[in-house]
Amino acid sequence: MSVNFPDPDALIPATGWFIFFSLVIALLLNLLPLQGIYLIARPDFVALTILYWSINQPQHLGISIAFLMGLFIDVSNASILGQHAMAYSIVAYIAFILHRRLRIFNPLQQVPQIVLILILMQVIILLTGVIAGADFPGWHFFLASVTGMLTWPIISFILGVLRNPKEDPNTI
Amino acid sequence: MSSAPQFFKHGPGSLTRLLFFVLLSILLMVEDTRLNYFPEIRHTVAVVIYPLQRIAHVPTNVYNALTEFFSSFHLIKENDFLKQRHLIDRKQLIQWQALEAENSHLRQLLGAVQRIETQAIIAEIMYFPRDPFNHKATLNKGSQHGIQPGQIVVDDKGVIGQITQTYLWSSELTLITDNGHAVPTQTVRNGLRSIVTGTGKNGELDVRYLSINSNIKLKDLLVTSGIDGVYPPGLPVAEIIMIERNPANPFAKITSQPIAGVDQNRQVLILSFMPPALETPPETSAVETTKSP
Repeated sequence: MSVNFPDPDALIPATGWFIFFSLVIALLLNLLPLQGIYLIARPDFVALTILYWSINQPQHLGISIAFLMGLFIDVSNASILGQHAMAYSIVAYIAFILHRRLRIFNPLQQVPQIVLILILMQVIILLTGVIAGADFPGWHFFLASVTGMLTWPIISFILGVLRNPKEDPNTI
Repeated sequence: MSSAPQFFKHGPGSLTRLLFFVLLSILLMVEDTRLNYFPEIRHTVAVVIYPLQRIAHVPTNVYNALTEFFSSFHLIKENDFLKQRHLIDRKQLIQWQALEAENSHLRQLLGAVQRIETQAIIAEIMYFPRDPFNHKATLNKGSQHGIQPGQIVVDDKGVIGQITQTYLWSSELTLITDNGHAVPTQTVRNGLRSIVTGTGKNGELDVRYLSINSNIKLKDLLVTSGIDGVYPPGLPVAEIIMIERNPANPFAKITSQPIAGVDQNRQVLILSFMPPALETPPETSAVETTKSP
């Protein structure tokens, strides 16, 4: 692969503030006012950011933060309170138990496993919605998992580069 | 594992924590859909998230400002057009005022309830939610602007939906296409009463509980009947686009299409409609009265 992803082991541990800001920016991207097909096809940036941190810094981002982000999404989405909270908690847990295995691969090789996690997350959201009385919205609902899969290497790359300490030219 | 050294203790295990949060989510969902004891939870989170919503709305505002700036070159033409339009409307308005006076006079003669005037507040749709289950939108006016749950939202053509939840500076609008939202209507042609419910699909509404021999035709216009005391009477709601009369079913399957641009507009009007208070029945009959229709 020509893309050089930063080696996870060589990165300095991200601080809490950095994680916090990345989550805020992901939340902002999720809140962008879009309509129609753009809205349905928009990847879930919050879920991807939660996945990234639960894989790469599992000691910093716990299930509780995933739960809290889910509550924010639920209120802003006007959906059932707890729907996304439950989905994100489960995503954070799965990423936590798989993080040692996932870190063997680089972000491009992680894509097939990430897309499975994303689809599972959407199935949970769909099931809770259907149990609460909604209709099946159609298969295009899962478009967000596909775009999320395509966005994953980009997000991993950006967050990795931002975490990477600048090389000091004066050091030997 | 009480014998484990302090160094290895990390609080409860991850599976325990997951189960705890999943249980908490399920409790929240049940509370939110069935019981609704603590609306404060939602309101508190909404206040926390409000600044972010405003920031996320900035690109749209910039885009709108830019398009307005560029469209200002056509202002003279637009002004002329609007002046002509105003003249035409003015003529109709004068006639309408005369009609209104006549109508209220006739109603007085009949001893009927006066039609209530409505007041309107202009609001803007901030954004639509992501998941396709709920046909809802968030508006930029909230309880601080005097918005109350139950108010009706219209655009320039007809009914869009109803306010279902208010926060301090924003409110939640349930569209008429939402699965589970119903509007009592009447056809303009013959005054046939019916109920229009959302189907959860864009641009499609069901007209329920009309028997197969009922007098309804394609392209019939449905307007609000005002019988429920929630919707002001006479607002256009939908147009019939399909009627399926299958003798096997007791009811005809009638599909209609919303008149208003339910998922197109940015600016909407929130109507504050005070329904006429029901006259309190006399003490003796009050015991036997059941639910009002």
